Amino acid sequence: MSTDAGTTTHSMAAPGAAAAVVARGIGKTFSSRSGEVTALDGIDLTVAAGEFVSLIGPSGCGKSTLLRLIGDLDQPSTGELRVFGKSAQAAREAQDYGIAFQQAGLLPWRDVAGNVELPLELHGVGKKERAARAAELLTLVGLEEFAGHFPHQLSGGMQQRVAIARALAERPSLLLMDEPFGALDEMTRERMQTELVRICAESGAAVVFVTHSIPEAVFLSERVVVMSPRPGRITAVVPVRIAGERTEGLREDSSFFAAVTAVREALHGSGAIPTGTARGVDLR
Amino acid sequence: MSTQASAGRRRSAVRWFAPVLLGLVALVLWQGFVVATGIKPYLLPSPTAIVDQLRQVVPLVWSAALATGLNVLVGLLVGGTAAVLAAILAARSGMVDSLMSPTAAALSVMPIVALAPALNTMFGTTSTTPRRLVVSVVVFAPIFVNTLRGLRQVQPVHRDLLRAYAATPRQISRTVTIPGALPYFFTGLRIASSTGVIAAVVAEYFGGLQNGLGSRITSAASNSAYARAWAFVLGAILLGLVFYLATLALERAAARRTGG
Repeated sequence: MSTDAGTTTHSMAAPGAAAAVVARGIGKTFSSRSGEVTALDGIDLTVAAGEFVSLIGPSGCGKSTLLRLIGDLDQPSTGELRVFGKSAQAAREAQDYGIAFQQAGLLPWRDVAGNVELPLELHGVGKKERAARAAELLTLVGLEEFAGHFPHQLSGGMQQRVAIARALAERPSLLLMDEPFGALDEMTRERMQTELVRICAESGAAVVFVTHSIPEAVFLSERVVVMSPRPGRITAVVPVRIAGERTEGLREDSSFFAAVTAVREALHGSGAIPTGTARGVDLR
Repeated sequence: MSTQASAGRRRSAVRWFAPVLLGLVALVLWQGFVVATGIKPYLLPSPTAIVDQLRQVVPLVWSAALATGLNVLVGLLVGGTAAVLAAILAARSGMVDSLMSPTAAALSVMPIVALAPALNTMFGTTSTTPRRLVVSVVVFAPIFVNTLRGLRQVQPVHRDLLRAYAATPRQISRTVTIPGALPYFFTGLRIASSTGVIAAVVAEYFGGLQNGLGSRITSAASNSAYARAWAFVLGAILLGLVFYLATLALERAAARRTGG
């Protein structure tokens, strides 16, 4: 593993050589009225370039917090975080990552194309190039006919696809996704997962994907990071070994079920927590 | 033709027809009451007498409505601009907010129209400035309060997104804050336009120039031309409606754009 690229503060490694994310001893405490709350404690994690990693765990295990730290939307209280060998802030300012949240978060006063173009517009890309890129991305997510529609005219699944197109707009080498399919129905969700696998294979981006769903994590990821709450810790990292392509057929494959079982056992066996407390984990 | 569509058409026809019918019934009752009781015209002129007068003074009502309408328009522009600038400052700085918000609340409960005689003395009785000033002050509070609320409506997910894009404060205003606040501003403008028309008409009751609807109403009444006074009142109602409908259309258009 390429841990060295991130841990050396003044590493001048070439971008291709640096791991996408290197976290060392990350802790995060929030101060509330009732005192300090430890959201994350002693997180060590490396995500290689081009690797798909899911964070899974019950509500309150800090998986979204960890994602926000990587995206520099919040700052860690302790530890060191490197994104492509840079500080999280430098990586954010350099637009090294694209991000998608549980809510699509589209701007309701912009049409679909305008929403996809937003990051390009903010970073000074010319009008013609923006339009071309938006058309290309909308074709990728299968919404080319909806470029002129406004978000409220689209279904939840379509809005989420627009948000993913927007996250991909600047060809980021890292995608941060915080339960992007959490609000979707099962059918749409499975279709979106298949599309995401295809899109990631095409773009070669590394992905950090937060989810509640074991099958979703297994279907998408090369490694599933299992977390436990109070304080948020990594309890296990389950490698998902799948031969061949990840397509719809995989959902009925025995290797898929084996990996689902492995993740489920890692979740339920986490520390001294009895099985019943792993609330918020979908066994879908 | 589907029954649903025709039912919908019937419902919208009823929606328009019902208030019109109610108005007509009220007018007929009014006319009948005046004729039957032989009530003196200075107490209550009949609708036919008012319409008769209106026909004679239409050009006068028109020019008076234009004069008053211009006062409302200028007042809305001046007061509205000041309110929006104040709301932007208040949204940016907590100190400005704690200064401005109580001031806006105080302005909204103060009987500003009562200041008209004092302003007439300050600016002279041949000036339209006192009336426009009254309108400006009256429209300030509703526009300020609503715009400020709109500027504070930025969704956390949009804030995170713009931070992820490393957007500058100017870019955040242009792409998220201002478009999000626009529907709220237009709601404030609609509320302000109604009170603005009332303020402009009433401000004319306290002397000064004799070109507006308010002045015409008082002078007709003091000349015992009661039906004519009512004709000008009708003009004031129509002027109020014009401003209300225009700002309502703006508000609806802004809400449609934001998917509201």
